[in-house]
Amino acid sequence: MALPLFPPERDPGPDFVGLLRITSGQPDAPARTLDALTPVQAPHGTTVVALRYLDGVVMAGDRRATAGNIIAHHAMQKVFPADRFSAVAIAGTAGMAIEMVRLFQVQLEHYEKVEGATLSLEGKANQLAQMVRQHLPLAMQGLAVVPLFAGFDTARSTGRIFNYDVTGGHYEDTDFQATGSGGRDARSTIKLGWREGLGRDEAVDLAIQSLYDAADEDSATGGPDLVRGIYPIIAVVDAAGYREVPEDEVAERFGALIARKQAERAQ
Amino acid sequence: MSMPYYVAPEQVMKDRAEYAQKGIARGRSLVATTYDAGIAMVAENPSRSLHKISEIYDRIAFGGVGKYNEYDQLRVAGIRHADTKGYAYSREDVDARSLANLYAQYLGNVFTHEMKPLEVEILVAELGESQNQNQLYHVAYEGTITDEDRFAVLGGDAETITERVGAAWQADWDLAAAVKAATTALGGPDRALGAGDLEVAILSRINGRRTFRRIDEAELAQLLA
Repeated sequence: MALPLFPPERDPGPDFVGLLRITSGQPDAPARTLDALTPVQAPHGTTVVALRYLDGVVMAGDRRATAGNIIAHHAMQKVFPADRFSAVAIAGTAGMAIEMVRLFQVQLEHYEKVEGATLSLEGKANQLAQMVRQHLPLAMQGLAVVPLFAGFDTARSTGRIFNYDVTGGHYEDTDFQATGSGGRDARSTIKLGWREGLGRDEAVDLAIQSLYDAADEDSATGGPDLVRGIYPIIAVVDAAGYREVPEDEVAERFGALIARKQAERAQ
Repeated sequence: MSMPYYVAPEQVMKDRAEYAQKGIARGRSLVATTYDAGIAMVAENPSRSLHKISEIYDRIAFGGVGKYNEYDQLRVAGIRHADTKGYAYSREDVDARSLANLYAQYLGNVFTHEMKPLEVEILVAELGESQNQNQLYHVAYEGTITDEDRFAVLGGDAETITERVGAAWQADWDLAAAVKAATTALGGPDRALGAGDLEVAILSRINGRRTFRRIDEAELAQLLA
């Protein structure tokens, strides 16, 4: 291994993906030779949601990964910190999506270290869009990755949410968004419960309720697993940065939701 | 036909070394020292944006003195090396020793093969799990690498400053004491340096995954008070 120094005309600047392309040719154009007729049966992750509240954004994802009708994984993580002030959640082919998140995390940190400044939230959203777009050939073969990106915009002091399609198109959502197989159901719940100026606890409860409803309607979305003690991962991003809601608190809030449902049935 | 002059290799090396030393001596110095919760790096640097000290990786920091454009290029190469390695293997596999070796090889190569040696000295600091596992690698302009575990001084007047830091150094001093002593050592008996003349950053065990943190002027003024 030699020190990665480049002549000015080949210098990749603060771009980590560009650097990898020069040094190893790696994450560029993975396996375009896959036979288009063989559908690949790989684990899929499902249902992630993001919603804005008074001080920032709440992001949540269930823990189930499926491969066809099989549950491939019971405790998958779908919500990740992208950097200090943003989070990324993934739906779609798990292997590809997790790798994309890993690359995205390094890309943001690499830029920050080389340039000595962090990217704007919009700049980060655009970076992710480029990665999704590069992935399009594989998406055409059924290995789609559809992320959801949200963060705290330190310049505007507000939470912002970006939603992606397989072509890398990204659209800012002002209030909330959900994606993945149970996304529609989760979105309906949030739509009914969302209002301007939600508090942190209310927003977390709404995210929990939405995932519960999605799991109720969609077999690929996992509900709370009381036997194994597996609960959705919920993250909050505000002026203090990215934090995961402690598992005990999530369990407690799910418990309260279930108790409420049972009480309603008993009446 | 004109014959090229014969110059003895000893003379060539001597001239190059002198040239590099002169360049480095023109710049201001840098002190890195361990303290109870990590490693503190203090550099005399009036600029707020052209840094001498930077983050390389989770537990690794970079310090450079001499010619800015030359050490900055090495800093970026270090970040690239660390990020590529961490991405290909795992974050734990990135270490300061291999990076310091790469710097040493590169500087040595340039010194022997190029017309002009690099006018820089480099420090690669790595925060250990405990205080006696901290590593400070000092790489000189001709590729000589030395490994310190208490403190390191880079730059022009290194010998005198080393003596001053050595006299004050304590194994378990806190950040304020370490920064104060480094500042006094950099300034010497005749000059008093203030928060505005210094660039200070730390690698601290209490900072989470990314242990590097810059200390801004207000906080620095408090530490020096």
